[in-house]
Amino acid sequence: MLEITGLSVNYGTIRAVRGISLTVARGELVSLLGANGAGKSSTIKCIAGALKAAGGTITLEGRDITAANPEQVIRAGLATVPETRDVFPDLTVAENLMLGAYIHRRDQAGNRQNLERLHTLFPRLAERSNQPAGTLSGGEQQMLVIARALMARPRVLLLDEPSLGLAPAIVERIFEMIETLKKSGLTILLVEQNVNQALSIADRAYVMRLGAIVASGTAEEIRSGSDLSAHYLGG
Amino acid sequence: MAFTIQFVIDVLSLGGAYALMALGLVIIYGILRLVNFAYGELIMVAGYTMYLSSGSGLPWLVMAALAVAMAVLFGILTDYAAFRPVRAKSVTAVLITSFAFSNLLQNAALLFISPRPRNVPLPDIFSQTVSIGGAITPVRNLITIAASIVLLAAVAFLMRRTTLGIAMRAAATNFTMARMLGVPANLIISSAFALSGFLAGVVGILWIGRIGTVVPGVGLEPLLVAFIATVIGGMRSLPGAVVGGFLLALIDTTLNYTLSQDLLKFRDAFTFSLVILILLWRPQGLIKGPASGQRT
Repeated sequence: MLEITGLSVNYGTIRAVRGISLTVARGELVSLLGANGAGKSSTIKCIAGALKAAGGTITLEGRDITAANPEQVIRAGLATVPETRDVFPDLTVAENLMLGAYIHRRDQAGNRQNLERLHTLFPRLAERSNQPAGTLSGGEQQMLVIARALMARPRVLLLDEPSLGLAPAIVERIFEMIETLKKSGLTILLVEQNVNQALSIADRAYVMRLGAIVASGTAEEIRSGSDLSAHYLGG
Repeated sequence: MAFTIQFVIDVLSLGGAYALMALGLVIIYGILRLVNFAYGELIMVAGYTMYLSSGSGLPWLVMAALAVAMAVLFGILTDYAAFRPVRAKSVTAVLITSFAFSNLLQNAALLFISPRPRNVPLPDIFSQTVSIGGAITPVRNLITIAASIVLLAAVAFLMRRTTLGIAMRAAATNFTMARMLGVPANLIISSAFALSGFLAGVVGILWIGRIGTVVPGVGLEPLLVAFIATVIGGMRSLPGAVVGGFLLALIDTTLNYTLSQDLLKFRDAFTFSLVILILLWRPQGLIKGPASGQRT
């Protein structure tokens, strides 16, 4: 479904991602793990088209999207939830969701249906429909950003640290929700620092360190690999 | 009573024009975080279109529509000529290219038309006056008030109720995120320039309607006014631009009425002193724009 080969991302002279390769098969939930500064978010942003690749290729369902800009990537069927939890704060929840469906704006009926489905998945968002998104709590904003991405009806979803800075109870719920999405057949690439929780729902995982992939395998293999904490702590 | 009515009409008509000018500038700034210094020339373009079409025998409203259309066209042209090629590269570059484009248009007008004022065709109604509650008021002031109410309402509707408007507001907060949702960057920017040009065109006609003539430098004062109004109101807030426009008009009109003849020529000094005081009190402007947002 999503195939990345030899991807490099540079910020000026700093090489954030150094030729990584990874694949995500249809319906799979793959987790990308690693400490701060490992290059996870740069990888995500590059796939999303928000950063230019310095080398390598990204293909989505056999289509080369390496040089695509963000608006082309989402049209190709890949939605991104960035770690910065970018709600549009002065727009209402409903307007945020409406913009999520921007690429389907001609299909009003389909959007309404999709919105209803998301409202059952996130009842809080239905309650706060007419509230500016900036007034939501952190957890609600995270849900809004995920729901907004789903309004685009993607086939692949990139989630960048959905648990970042949230209370444990809410993190729990977000992970439950990611599992629900996985069961619905969505292909997901999940970036996380919360290793245990990520591995508990992932099929496979990759571990990044200093811009390179240092370990990969099924969730169990990664979990049992004793060197995981070393990658995090820089040992 | 008559004095109050006169004063209110003066403030509202001047403020309406100022608010529209400021809105045209802030729409671009909100999205690109860049001041379009060629904004005043859109007003000039509207004026010269009126002048050039004056001999054509077209009905006045058609000429006015043509003038607005040209302002829109030149607005979009500003994007292609001055902004798009260097937008992603450097703020300084855009600053200079927009100045350059402004100069280019002004000098084109100097060269191909004339440095001397040219008459702009105006319908008779612009020079008539009416008496409202004892106050003698030029009809054009009432037209300006009506036009600004209609346009401010239309812009508010566009920004709040239409997908394009909501997408433009979203792009003003976080351009990259809006693009990641599939909102095409170029469409949003071109729409912003078109809307800015539209406002400049209408304001241009109203503004030039006060003087009756157009000169190559006619856009300087509106640009300055728009810039100050947006600074007072808050650089990134659309309501702020409107509030700033009306406030600036209130200050100007009050000074016009209260300053003695000797001091009146220093009116701008008084105005700017007040602007400085407002900014000392609220450096971010009266109304804070949407949170966060990086330049793109």
